[in-house]
Amino acid sequence: MTVSTEPTALPAEFACAGGRELAMEMMRRMQRVRLFEEATKVLFHAGELPAMVHLSIGQEAAVVGACLATGTSDYMTGNHRSHGHPIAKGARLDALMAELLGKATGVCGGKGGSMHLADFSVGSLGESGIVGSAIPVATGAALAAQVRGSGQVALCFFGDGAASEGVLHESMNMASIWKLPVVYFCENNGYAVSVTAEESLSVPDVSMRAAGYSMPGVTVDGQDVLAVYRATAEAVRRARAGEGPSLVEAKTYRFHEHAYGLQVPTPYRDQSVVDSWFATVDPLTLFHDRLVAWDVATSQELDALRAEVRSEVDAAVEFARVSPFPPPEAAYTDVYKEVTA
Amino acid sequence: MTTATRAKQLGFLQAINRAQTEEMTRDERVILMGQDLRANVFGAAAGALEKFGPSRIRDLPLAEAGSIGVAAGAAMAGLRPIIDLTVASFVFGAMDQFVSQLAKARYMFGGQATLPVVVRAALYYHGGTAGHHADRPYPMFMNVPGLKIILPSTAPDLLGLLKSAIRDDNPVLCFEDANLWGRKGRGPIPDADHIVPLGQAAVRRTGTDVTIVGIGLGAFLAEQAAAELAADGISAEVIDPRTLVPMDWPTIFESVTRTGRLVVVDPANRTCSAASEIAARVAEDCFDALRGPLVRVTTDDTHVPFSPALEKQIYPSKDKVVAAVRRTFV
Ligand SMILES: Cc1ncc(C[n+]2csc(CCOP(=O)(O)OP(=O)(O)O)c2C)c(N)n1
Ligand SMILES: [Mg+2]
Repeated sequence: MTVSTEPTALPAEFACAGGRELAMEMMRRMQRVRLFEEATKVLFHAGELPAMVHLSIGQEAAVVGACLATGTSDYMTGNHRSHGHPIAKGARLDALMAELLGKATGVCGGKGGSMHLADFSVGSLGESGIVGSAIPVATGAALAAQVRGSGQVALCFFGDGAASEGVLHESMNMASIWKLPVVYFCENNGYAVSVTAEESLSVPDVSMRAAGYSMPGVTVDGQDVLAVYRATAEAVRRARAGEGPSLVEAKTYRFHEHAYGLQVPTPYRDQSVVDSWFATVDPLTLFHDRLVAWDVATSQELDALRAEVRSEVDAAVEFARVSPFPPPEAAYTDVYKEVTA
Repeated sequence: MTTATRAKQLGFLQAINRAQTEEMTRDERVILMGQDLRANVFGAAAGALEKFGPSRIRDLPLAEAGSIGVAAGAAMAGLRPIIDLTVASFVFGAMDQFVSQLAKARYMFGGQATLPVVVRAALYYHGGTAGHHADRPYPMFMNVPGLKIILPSTAPDLLGLLKSAIRDDNPVLCFEDANLWGRKGRGPIPDADHIVPLGQAAVRRTGTDVTIVGIGLGAFLAEQAAAELAADGISAEVIDPRTLVPMDWPTIFESVTRTGRLVVVDPANRTCSAASEIAARVAEDCFDALRGPLVRVTTDDTHVPFSPALEKQIYPSKDKVVAAVRRTFV
């Protein structure tokens, strides 16, 4: 069963003190992801991107709901669909955008690029171009938090495709036997490139895998930012209380091609259905309408918020464009930690 | 080149598709498994599902270790699997299965196991893919006995070598330099059942002053450099080994014995590269003929940086090959 929130009554999370701020922050971060990705599309079409990008458009509620259930000092790892995670975790947009253009001011100095964003200042320990490869890394960060007794948790994003990788299973078992404070978060968008989740998974819901590792598993409506937030917040609470790992699965939608602009010779999904998602399951529209219905914000306020984020994204693009490229010698630094006297 | 002449040429992806189709038609024990084959995302599997059906054409879940081990087991039990790993950087997750099962099973089980497995993987460097997609890991596998390795630099060679690989009773890794997918790798369309035996180098250009061995894109760069050097009166012989294991040592040794000089162009990282092995063997076996230092032109020992301002400089280039040849004339 996929859990959604009730659209009618004002939810407790937003009714309490600070509730409106939380709701507006959810919207702000979803807009940041969406508008950052829209700007990335423009750069793609202008031929300004050095390489391919995997957009998070359609999956904003999943990444934002999950990240906002953690704090800036908590850890996070991600995957190749890589822009939404650090943005949702609170990273600065300008350094992310500069990274996409391979500039010296990029968050990784231009060495990582789109698929390998990392911003340790907000707990983002790195996206991974190798599917599944960062899953044990999040697990290890949780181990460190446990050993140090820091109270931090680790949030581990992966896709339905990555759910077939052995490292997920190895990691979930380790986390379970050691009761590590980690939240495995599956963005199930139904596809791994052209292969459906149905075809590649032995279970209808990735969350069912949790049972094999004696941890709670829950599937939520990934288009419902509050439902995602609730489920992740409960997993985070458990983790902080020393009760161990959880698996949260958000059923969501990838609105664009696997990599933006990728030409797939044989169609594998019905484009008219995909196009209809913008009208039916757009997480930003859904949340917008609820905020208005709940009287949390007016349409005008939400428009103003969007305009603010747009300026922030425009400034990030401008910053990225005018930033210098790294000097050639940078290709050879940071292979090792250099010894400082 | 006009569109008409290009249409008559064979490209890398067509070569792969033709080799696989011909061999699957010839031998029903051959099966093809890989990611996104049915939608033909990588472009080398057009029509395969329609022709051979879902039992022999399978989309693999993302499980590289499992995929290689499953191929090893299926081979021990009578099939001849081809695994399309797509990008060569994805081999790392499967390293144990490559080394502990695929390479060792025949030896450790006293020759009882036969492992006719082909694993294909593209070298996806030079294109802004950054550290996680741009590896050139073939020398790591050269260090593992029991595996054969092909690395063709033209589409006709790819066709002929891949067919030999599929017919071979040993595990063969086929690395495809993606920089050769376009114009650089095209060649004349061969006749039906074009076979290039494993272990035979191709002499791309004959010369008398220096031997340049070029691997993958390195063979292309070697030919470019040789043309430039010819204008300066230096006669370079260009050899493309095509197969790295087993290496065609006689052809390389014979050439270096005549020229007395060797440059090896290899897109792999420098330390323990294929170039290192070739240079070492030449130093051991052709020492008396040598008239200058053996020079390797490789990728620098660093990771592949994303930024277009950083990436290009780390790889071999025509200019680096020319400079290396001049170094052999000290
Ligand atoms: C180990 C590995 N195998 C294959 C790939 C190629 N690849 C990149 S993304 C992807 C699909 C991943 O699907 P999923 O985990 O569901 O994430 P999504 O793209 O749907 O967000 C594949 C096959 C890769 N990058 N790494
Ligand atoms: Mg997916």
